[in-house]
Amino acid sequence: MTKALTLALSLLSAPAWADWQINMNKGVTALSREIFDLHMLIFWICVVIGVAVFGVMFYSIFKFRKSKGAVSEHWHENTTVEVVWTVIPSIILIAMAIPATATLMDMYDTSEADVEIQVTGYQWKWRYQYLDEDIDYFSNLATPREEITNEASKNPNYLLEVDNPLVIPANKKVRFLITANDVIHSWWVPHFAVKKDAIPGFINESWVKVEEPGVYRGQCTELCGKDHGFMPVVVEVKSESDYQQWVSDQRAMKLAMAGEASKEFSMDELVAKGEGVYNTACAGCHQPNGQGIPGAFPAITGSTIATGAIDAHVDIIVNGKPGTAMQAFKEQLSAVDIAAVVTYQRNALGNSVGDLVQPNTIQN
Amino acid sequence: MATVDVDLPHVKEDDPHHHGPARGLGRWLYTTNHKDIGSMYLIFSLCMFMIGGIMALIIRAELFQPGLQLVEPNFFNQMTTMHGLIMVFGAVMPAFVGLANWMIPMQVGAPDMALPRMNNWSFWILPFAFLILLSSLFMPGGAPNFGWTFYAPLSTTYAPESVTFFIFGVHIMGASSIMGAINIIATILNMRAPGMTLLKMPLFVWTWLITAFLLIAVMPVLAGVVTMMLMDIHFGTSFFNAAGGGDPVLFQHVFWFFGHPEVYIMILPAFGIISEIIPTFARKRLFGYASMVYAVASIALLSFVVWAHHMFTVGMPLVGEVFFMFATMLIAVPTGVKVFNWVATMFRGSLTFETPMLFALAFVVLFTIGGFSGLMLAIAPADFQYHDTYFVVAHFHYVLVPGAIFSIMAATYYWLPKWTGHQLNETMGKIHFWLSFVGVNITFFPMHFVGLAGMPRRIPDYALQFADFNSMASVGAFIFGFSQLVFIYNVIQNVRVGEKATAQVWEGAQGLEWTLPSPAPYHTFSTPPEVK
Ligand code: HEM
Ligand SMILES: [Cu+2]
Repeated sequence: MTKALTLALSLLSAPAWADWQINMNKGVTALSREIFDLHMLIFWICVVIGVAVFGVMFYSIFKFRKSKGAVSEHWHENTTVEVVWTVIPSIILIAMAIPATATLMDMYDTSEADVEIQVTGYQWKWRYQYLDEDIDYFSNLATPREEITNEASKNPNYLLEVDNPLVIPANKKVRFLITANDVIHSWWVPHFAVKKDAIPGFINESWVKVEEPGVYRGQCTELCGKDHGFMPVVVEVKSESDYQQWVSDQRAMKLAMAGEASKEFSMDELVAKGEGVYNTACAGCHQPNGQGIPGAFPAITGSTIATGAIDAHVDIIVNGKPGTAMQAFKEQLSAVDIAAVVTYQRNALGNSVGDLVQPNTIQN
Repeated sequence: MATVDVDLPHVKEDDPHHHGPARGLGRWLYTTNHKDIGSMYLIFSLCMFMIGGIMALIIRAELFQPGLQLVEPNFFNQMTTMHGLIMVFGAVMPAFVGLANWMIPMQVGAPDMALPRMNNWSFWILPFAFLILLSSLFMPGGAPNFGWTFYAPLSTTYAPESVTFFIFGVHIMGASSIMGAINIIATILNMRAPGMTLLKMPLFVWTWLITAFLLIAVMPVLAGVVTMMLMDIHFGTSFFNAAGGGDPVLFQHVFWFFGHPEVYIMILPAFGIISEIIPTFARKRLFGYASMVYAVASIALLSFVVWAHHMFTVGMPLVGEVFFMFATMLIAVPTGVKVFNWVATMFRGSLTFETPMLFALAFVVLFTIGGFSGLMLAIAPADFQYHDTYFVVAHFHYVLVPGAIFSIMAATYYWLPKWTGHQLNETMGKIHFWLSFVGVNITFFPMHFVGLAGMPRRIPDYALQFADFNSMASVGAFIFGFSQLVFIYNVIQNVRVGEKATAQVWEGAQGLEWTLPSPAPYHTFSTPPEVK
C-alpha cells in the first residue's frame, strides 16, 4: 500500500528511481569488508537475542491471557536466572568487542602510506592538497541549481557529483590528513568505510587502499551550516598509469593558468566568465540573484562594497572576512576567476558601476 | 515492588479545615499544590509536543521528495534544531516532572512535595524559557540552526545572533530542572509514610530518585558549556575557537558529559512507569524488584563513563575508542536485564490488554529494538559507518518516541482515571494506540535502511536512491502526528465525562495511590498512611 503510494508519487515528479537498498555497503577495501562483517555479526547477535526475548514475550501474551482463564502465579524472583541473564549477555558483548578492537587497530594504522593528501573542509566544499605533488584544488557540488529547485529533472548522480573529484591511485595506501577551515565537517566515503571529522585546528588521519579503479561517492556528515547537504565527496580511483597521467596533466594545466593570468581581458569576457564563478563560489550564500539572505548573508545588489572602491571589493574576496562564512577566496580561485567575479558583481546582478579589474593586478 | 499493606486512618481526606483550590487564574499562578503543578507541567509538555511535532512535520514534508520544495536549507536547519530542543527539554522532560509531581507524593504517602513554593517557581520559569527560545524564530538571522547538539564553532563564531537568547533559555530550563530534581529528592528521602522503607518504594519513585541525582549532576555541566559559549561569543575568550588556541573537541566532551546522562534522564522514569503498568495488567508481582533497582542504579553510574561513544569519529586516541566501546557494551547489560524482568513478569501471569498495557507492551518491543541499534552503534569500527546517518536518527527515535513518549502516554492513560475520576474510554484509547503504533513504525523503521545505505542526517535534500524510504517515512510521520489529536480528544473527554471510576480503577493495581478515592482529593495523605 505504502509502496504503491510512494511509487505513484515518485512517478508524478521524476523518473521512477525505485531503489530499496536496506543494508550497509560492503565497500571496496579489505577494511570496509571487515567492518561490514562486524556489522552483520552484531546484527545477527541482536536478531538471536530478539527472537528469544520476543518469543517468550509473545508466547506469554498468547498463552497467559486472563480471557483464556490464565491465573497468575506468585513467584517474583529467582537469583540463579537473574545471574545467568546478567552474566551471559556480558560475556557475549565483551566477546563481540574483541574482534572490533582488532579492526579498530587496523583503522588507526596510518603508517607507510604511498600517497598523502590533505583534505580540508570549507563551508561548503572540499579542498584537496597532494602533499608530494604540487596539486591543490577545490571540489564543489556540480549539480545544477535547476535540478535542486525542481525546474529540471534530476540526473542519476543528483547531489553526489562535483566539478573536480579527488583522484587517487588504485592499490596504493593513501593517507588522508583531514582538517577544516571554518566549522566542523566530516569526510565520508561509504564504500571505503572512511569517515573522519574535519575539525579546525586539528589534523585527523585516515587511510584507504582501494583495489579496483572506479568512482565512489559520499557526503559531508557533520552539520556545517546552510549547505551541509550540498557538499558531496567524489573519489575517482585510477589505475597506477592513469593516475600518473592525471598528475602530469594537472601540472600542465597549472602552467597554462599562470599564462592566462598575465593576459588582458575585455569587459564582456570578464563578465561572462564571472557569472560561472559567481554561481559556483558565491551564489550559495549571496543567492543567484544577488539578493543575499537578510540577517544571514548580505546582498550583492546595491552593496556598498560591490559598488564602492574596487580595491576594497577585491580585498574582501581575496582575504575574506574572518569569523564569518565569507572566506579568503585567494586559495580557491585563480587571479582570472577573481578578476572575473569582481567585474561580474560590479556590472551585473542589478549593479552597473562600469569598471573592471584585470587579473594581473590581483596580488595572490 | 513489595506489596503494600495499608492502614488508612481516614479514607476521606477532605478535612473541613483544609481549603480546596482557589478560584480563577490565581489558582494556577500561585498554587503550591503538587497536583495543580503536575497538571500544569503535563499541559505545558503537551503544548510543546504539538509545537515540536509541527516542526517535525515541516521537516518530513520537505523530505517527502528529493529537491527543495517547501523551505530553504537555513530554515530547515532551524526546524531540526528547534524540534530537537523542544522535544527534549520542552516535551519529554517536563512530562516526566509532571508525572512525578502528581504521583510521587501519592505513591510515598506524602501530603505534597517537600518544597511546594520552589515547585511553583520551577514550573513557572519554564514557559518563559520556551517563549525566549521560540521568539528567536522571529529574530533577524533566524532561530538557532546548529542542531540540538549545538557543536562549536558552528554555534559560536558562526551562529546567528539569536544564539544568546538560546543560551539564556537553556539556563532557565536548567535552573527549572535542578529545582525540580532537588524537590523530588527531598520529597522521596524525607516524606515517605511510616513503614515505607527504600526497598518498598514503587519503581516509579525509585527511577525518579536516581534520575533526579543525574539531573543535579549534569544540568550544571550543560549550564557550564553554554556559559563557555557565551564567553566565546561576547567576551573574547577562545574555549572552543581553534584560531585563539581553543579546542572545538572540548565542546563535544563537555556537551556529551551532559548529553549521555541526559538520554538516560529521558528513559529511567519510563522504566519506572513500565514497571508499574506491566505487573498491574499481568496481575503478578514485578519480577526481580531488587535487580530492577540495581539495574537502574548501575545504568545511572555507567552513564557517566560512556559519553564519547558519540564521538568515535572525532579522532580520539585508540585507547579512548576501545574504552568507550567496552563501557557502552557494559551499559547495555543492565538495560537488557530490565527487559528480561518485564518479560518474566508477564510469564505465567494473567494478562489483559487495556490501553495502558498496550502502550507498555509496545514500549518493551520497540524500546528493545532501539536498544539493539544502540548495541550496533556501540561497536566503534561499525559506528564509523553509522555515525551521523539516519541510522542514528532511527536509533534515538526508537528509544525516545515509542520509548519515552509511549511510556508517558501509557502513564497518562494509567493514572488518568485517578486524576479525573472517570473511567477510560477503551475504544478511543485503542484507536489512538494502533494509529500511533503503525505510524511510529512506518516513520522510523525505514530510517534504519536509508541510514545504512548512506544517507547523512540533518540534510534538507538527498540523493535519489534514498527517495522511496523517505516518502514512506513522511507518510508515517503524518499518520503518527495526526493520531495524537485522538490522544488530546481522549484526555479532554475524560476530564469532562465518563463513567465514574472506582478507587481501585484497575483490577490488578497495587500501591498507595489506589487506596485514594478517584478523583484524588485536592489534599491527600494529610495524615500519613501506615505501610506495613
Ligand atoms: C542499550 C542502550 C544504548 C546504547 C548501547 C546506545 C548507544 C548509542 C550510541 C553508541 C550512540 C552514538 C551514535 C552515533 O552518533 O554514532 C547513541 C546515540 C544516541 N542515543 Fe543511544 N544507546 C542506548 C540507549 C539509548 C537510550 C535509552 C536513549 C534515550 C532515551 C538513547 C538516546 C540516544 C540519542 C538521543 C542519541 C543521538 C544523539 C545525537 O547525536 O543527536 N540511547 N546511542
Ligand atoms: Cu549516549
